[in-house]
Amino acid sequence: MLGFILKRLGLALLVALTVSFISFSLLYLSGDPATAIAGESANAQDVQAIRELYGFDRPMLVQYFDWLWNALRFDFGQSYYFKLPVADLIADRLGVTMRLGLAAISFALIVAIPLGVVAAMRPNSLIDKLALFLSVAGQAMPSFWFALVLISVFSIKLGLVPASGSTSWRHFILPTVVLGYYAMPAIMRLTRAGMLEVLSSDYIRTARAKGASEGRVMFRHALRNAIIPVVSLAAVQMGFMLGGSIVVESIFALHGAGFLAWESISRNDLPTVQALILVFSMFYIVFTLLADIVNAWLDPRMRAA
Amino acid sequence: MSEPILKVRDLRLDIPVPAGTLHAVRGIDFDVAPGETLCIVGESGSGKSLTSLAVMGLLGSAIRRSAAELSFDGIDLQKASRRQMRALRGNRMAMIFQEPMTSLNPAYTIGDQLAEALRLHRPISKGDALKRAADLLRLVGITAAESRLRQFPHQLSGGLRQRVMIAMALICEPDLLIADEPTTALDVTIQAQILRLLVDLREKLGMALILITHDLGVVGRVADKVAVMYAGELVETGPAEQIFRNPAHPYTRGLLDCIPVPGRITRGQRLGTIPGIVPSLIGRQAGCIFRDRCPEAIPACTGDIPLRELARGHRLRCIHPQGRRIAEEISA
Repeated sequence: MLGFILKRLGLALLVALTVSFISFSLLYLSGDPATAIAGESANAQDVQAIRELYGFDRPMLVQYFDWLWNALRFDFGQSYYFKLPVADLIADRLGVTMRLGLAAISFALIVAIPLGVVAAMRPNSLIDKLALFLSVAGQAMPSFWFALVLISVFSIKLGLVPASGSTSWRHFILPTVVLGYYAMPAIMRLTRAGMLEVLSSDYIRTARAKGASEGRVMFRHALRNAIIPVVSLAAVQMGFMLGGSIVVESIFALHGAGFLAWESISRNDLPTVQALILVFSMFYIVFTLLADIVNAWLDPRMRAA
Repeated sequence: MSEPILKVRDLRLDIPVPAGTLHAVRGIDFDVAPGETLCIVGESGSGKSLTSLAVMGLLGSAIRRSAAELSFDGIDLQKASRRQMRALRGNRMAMIFQEPMTSLNPAYTIGDQLAEALRLHRPISKGDALKRAADLLRLVGITAAESRLRQFPHQLSGGLRQRVMIAMALICEPDLLIADEPTTALDVTIQAQILRLLVDLREKLGMALILITHDLGVVGRVADKVAVMYAGELVETGPAEQIFRNPAHPYTRGLLDCIPVPGRITRGQRLGTIPGIVPSLIGRQAGCIFRDRCPEAIPACTGDIPLRELARGHRLRCIHPQGRRIAEEISA
């Protein structure tokens, strides 16, 4: 198991290095950064001065390693727009996004997995059809629209929860539901499909032949095997929620990292964009690594891989 | 011979399908006594496996079970609650399956799965259960039992996995063991070992054994009683030596002609085959189910044919007195 974890960790580091190089190259893919910083009214001399000040005149690889070395110490340079260290900006915003992401994925898992199990236990029953309806609706409904509906009902009409801001846990209820509901259908369908497949397998018949109770068959014998693909999916969705919750963050005025990314892209604030891409990618890498470890714990056959 | 532990009378299994009702098993009778081996023989789809699953109460909810009598040690299995059935399964009646490769849960160690089988029915600590599991592994001929307990199913060969399945079935010392084609998925040398093991254990533990197989070679070596099934019906049943020495039903004779026997078959001689295919079992069946493939068939075979006693314990479902056409019938 330890060997497996070390191997996966090594792989994750290689992926991280590749991603860091790509996000660094963004600076050059979007034109001459010195011109961008100097602004429209600058003359050639100013541009040259800025180029030397920021070190853009050095070879690209030197710049990359310089940037990487700084990034390793959480120094991502200054934001062009805010004129503040990028690391402080991100640290400031990441808390909101992390809280929202964790709450949303927990919500999705807690609702979707039991629903998937029940649907698989009674395929084509009323509850299975209801679960299917919920998941189709979740997949088809745009989250901005669902968010507005929830706000108009629960905040404006009923006045139960605040509609915007991020000062208390109650501010996170609606965004969690919207973001979690978006992730739920895939988890539910995958759990259902996995359970249906596992329930028809020979070792489930063996468990029943041993005299195991139905609950024991479902949870100890079936779910443990059926949940494996769900773990991988949830990891990807978790990464996606941290990086891609821009819509939900802007509707509920949660000033998180997703919102910062959107702001920085529209302002051409390249150091911030670079750093955010790196941070979001690191989340993906960490969650995938965690999913691999959980799966190896669940399924001993994966430990050899 | 002692009182039978399992009595089955007129067992019927019906499966509703879009085209009507599939009468998968029709009117099966058999008994097994402690220390006795009953072999149920028949080709694929003859209802042998369904019959054994019906005894264990492991049929899917889509299959309807009915019987005049279905009792295990005096317990009416048709009236038993789910809880009562669970208390019997794995405890007093156990089953092993055809597919050792997929019959063990890949997520748990051998030790976990063996201990679970014991702890479901006995109040015993995990540590003690593992000790007993190791004893069972030794009983079924597995060496280095303690280290096997820590292994996962994918680390074992098919033969070893089937031994583990047998150990798991025997861990509560059942009164009845049903083995559904336990050697079919294994290679020939392992087949003989597993079979030997099952018979030895039956003698050692004094349990009743139902061995389901399509291999008559197996039957000849181990059976006390034989029940021959064809397309969901019992066509012939009786003591093993009687069936082998004096097979009466044309289907049984056809099956026996399919296997090479040293001394009876000469080198280069073709083995027998049974022409034709098994009929569809959807809708009501009338007459002899084998008549379309039977070399002895006459027009009267379309009538009702009950199972009748040919000799003591030897019963036959065939219109011909000895299972063969006699001269008058041919000329008639």
